Amino acid sequence: MNWYGIWAIYRYEMARFFRTLGQSLVSPVISTVLYFVVFGAAIGSRIQDVSGVSYGAFIVPGLIMLSLLTQSISNASFGIYFPRFSGTIYEYLAAPVSALEMVLGFVGAAATKSIFIGLVILATSAFFVPFHVAHPLWMALFLLLTAITFSLFGFIIGLWADGFEKLQIIPLLIMTPLTFLGGSFYPISILPPFWHTVSLFNPVVYLVSGFRWSFNEVADVHVGVSLAMTLFFLGLCLAIVQWMFNTGYRLKN
Amino acid sequence: MPSIISIRGVSKTYASGLTALKSVNLDIHQGEILALLGPNGAGKTTLISIVCGIVNKSTGSVLVDGHDNVSDYRITRRLIGLVPQELHLSIFEKVWDTVRFSRQLYGKPHDDAYLEKILKQLSLWEKKDAKIMTLSGGMKRRVLIAKALAHEPRILFLDEPSAGVDVELRQDMWRVVRALRDTGVTIILTTHYIEEAEDLADRVGVINKGELILVEDKHALMDKLGQKQLTLELLKPLAKLPRKLAAYGLELAAQGKELVYRYDARNARHSMAEVLQALSAAKIAFGDLRTEQSTLEDIFMGLVKR
Ligand SMILES: Nc1ncnc2c1ncn2[C@@H]1O[C@H](COP(=O)(O)OP(=O)(O)OP(=O)(O)O)[C@@H](O)[C@H]1O
Ligand SMILES: [Mg+2]
Repeated sequence: MNWYGIWAIYRYEMARFFRTLGQSLVSPVISTVLYFVVFGAAIGSRIQDVSGVSYGAFIVPGLIMLSLLTQSISNASFGIYFPRFSGTIYEYLAAPVSALEMVLGFVGAAATKSIFIGLVILATSAFFVPFHVAHPLWMALFLLLTAITFSLFGFIIGLWADGFEKLQIIPLLIMTPLTFLGGSFYPISILPPFWHTVSLFNPVVYLVSGFRWSFNEVADVHVGVSLAMTLFFLGLCLAIVQWMFNTGYRLKN
Repeated sequence: MPSIISIRGVSKTYASGLTALKSVNLDIHQGEILALLGPNGAGKTTLISIVCGIVNKSTGSVLVDGHDNVSDYRITRRLIGLVPQELHLSIFEKVWDTVRFSRQLYGKPHDDAYLEKILKQLSLWEKKDAKIMTLSGGMKRRVLIAKALAHEPRILFLDEPSAGVDVELRQDMWRVVRALRDTGVTIILTTHYIEEAEDLADRVGVINKGELILVEDKHALMDKLGQKQLTLELLKPLAKLPRKLAAYGLELAAQGKELVYRYDARNARHSMAEVLQALSAAKIAFGDLRTEQSTLEDIFMGLVKR
């Protein structure tokens, strides 16, 4: 293993994040605050408890997931797309760095950033609603797995995109509906049967459900199923990245 | 001479369908400076990119110091430093940080004293804390060289290092290149400037339309270059060359209307004056005379136009 190489990539990516720390944090925090004001305080006060949990506390895990997903994807896709765009990728390709090491550096940094943001949002939430975390280890596990999985997904988008439009269109076109329909703001059991079934094809449902379970043991599906689906999606992304590097897809052809 | 890089049957067809290289064979000798010449789009950058691992080849194999550059990429890439043709740099970074980054990326522990030495050699030390975006084009080129040298490579590829670089910097750069060669580093450079190849290289290769059409020792090429030709237009055509003149190596041409004397400009067997005296002794009158010299440029253009 080229540990120095991994560290170099990771540190470079993190340096970019810390240079713009204010910007990186301000927008997710502001949007979370807005969600709390609108859904938690304004509308939430008129909504009855969900399975014995106040609506405000119910949406906390969903909101964190929402930021975690969008941040992971945008950080990781930009992280690898930008060197491709500017040409500095040549150095990574010419260096004795394996595909796995590149992934560890780039995806590791993107996941670190989004976990950092997720924790900041968790702290922000505490100002708005009282909540407690029933299973902190499970929470940390889901946070970690989700950040890694979606950073990998973002990495794939960053390798695939051949323009800035494509870089933005996936989060916009696919992730926004998936997250909004993923049970961040409601339990999917309140949906009509047809949409309930459709929702089960949405990977985000499993993430949000498992994550929420770790907070207050309210879940749409069993936590074991959540974990299995998350790991499945992680494996799928890893396989795609491996294939991309093996074939030199959009990098070396 | 042992070859440090051995390229066998390497071809490249890009995903777009364009064939950039057609079965190239090339041996690069340990410790030499090899200049690759060729017109735009000839495939120079493609060849370099394949050796460095930036582009996948379609067929063939590349051995670097005896190791396959795909299966043993960790070994081969560590041996190689690359200065790309374009100024690909992270513009928000500082010079010192980017050079340190390069060394780390190649898996080498810090050695700030060594990096300081390189930056000083390249007259970049004063700029070490400058952001790259504030540097001029020539300075950026030096930063790329410093990055390529940061991991102490034994082979250095310079892809058109003199593009957009003024005379002074070029001199500086060549000083560094020669110093590197003196420490045993093998250097491969591409250039459009033939004088540069003449000046610097031990061997010269010419690539055209994806084919390596010539690789030759520079001195052998210079000998061809040194060929001069004196042509005398005779007033009266000669049917046969007088025996005395044949001894001087003169030849008849253009159906006896011209006399041609081919000689090496640097050590002619007979001086021009001797030849002319012999002519007047033989009572051969001429109306006009001209001399021609083939340059590397002529050789190059002749090869490339085919
Ligand atoms: N990534 C790519 N995809 C498709 N075609 C490419 C790619 N890179 C280069 N080519 C084509 O391959 C051919 C060889 O290009 P290359 O860059 O190797 O030439 P070169 O000899 O370095 O030229 P120059 O002197 O202009 O730098 C050109 O026709 C070029 O258009
Ligand atoms: Mg080129």
